[in-house]
Amino acid sequence: MKQLLAMSRKTSLVATLALLAALAPRAGLAQNGRTVTDPVAKEECSACHMAYQPAFLPAESWKKIFADLSNHFGEDASLDPKTEARIRSYYIQNAARWNAIPKPVPIRITELPWFTREHGRFARRAKQDPKIGSLSNCTACHRNAERGWFDDD
Amino acid sequence: MKAVHDTRVSTSRRLRGPVLGGLVLAATAAALSLVQPANAGPREQIIAGYAAKAGKPLSAARGKAFFMGTHKGGKPDTPSCTSCHTRNVHQWGRTRAGKPIAPMAVSKTPDRFTDPKKVEKWFRRNCRTVLGRECTPLEKGDVLTWLSSQ
Repeated sequence: MKQLLAMSRKTSLVATLALLAALAPRAGLAQNGRTVTDPVAKEECSACHMAYQPAFLPAESWKKIFADLSNHFGEDASLDPKTEARIRSYYIQNAARWNAIPKPVPIRITELPWFTREHGRFARRAKQDPKIGSLSNCTACHRNAERGWFDDD
Repeated sequence: MKAVHDTRVSTSRRLRGPVLGGLVLAATAAALSLVQPANAGPREQIIAGYAAKAGKPLSAARGKAFFMGTHKGGKPDTPSCTSCHTRNVHQWGRTRAGKPIAPMAVSKTPDRFTDPKKVEKWFRRNCRTVLGRECTPLEKGDVLTWLSSQ
């Protein structure tokens, strides 16, 4: 088992390196990385996953996400109304400004075209790698993701 | 030479204040913790609150069974507390998004269950996620009783 794990880690590393070599300039947040500056948003949104930067998605997406926090990607992430209102407005105010909003309005960062393009084949492996577990786990590979720096892969 | 000496003296004087203050604070805290009965900590108060609402004695064994059990009515990915916390409460768990969760066992994470608001918030969310409903005071009290003994 240990050998298997070590092998899978090795393959991930190789995959990552291959990806690094293959990828040219980045799109999306990578070029204008920001951090979550609101302390309440940072604390609440980082309880189960990294506090994703508002600039990952347009306001329409955040509105959709905040419309039902009690069913947040398969989990109850409900907040007291006051906290929710504060965080919601922070995300909307600092949202990405896209020229056109696709329909249906996207709510998964991991399904955005630039995301799938950049993560490529690695995306499938990531879910199986016990060290990563989920594509939502940015910091597993991007150590400084919370500081808005994703160019370290 | 003299100037250097003077600087040293004033530095040590400047330091003495805060250091003494810290010592006094620490001593006061230690004395207070001695005066207070062992049962009056925030965690014990939270558990006592659930016991009072439950209206019957809490049980660590029942809490363990509840925590380890597979439940119905919740979200499909998380049928049990152990879905994220694992079956070993002395070890780190992991959220579905991959973030580590500190061990639930109080012996491993001593500040667990000391903030009533936090305790209520996570019972509310996680019970809805796992059971599709809020937990009863008895269930909460049982689980905390068990985890406090771990």
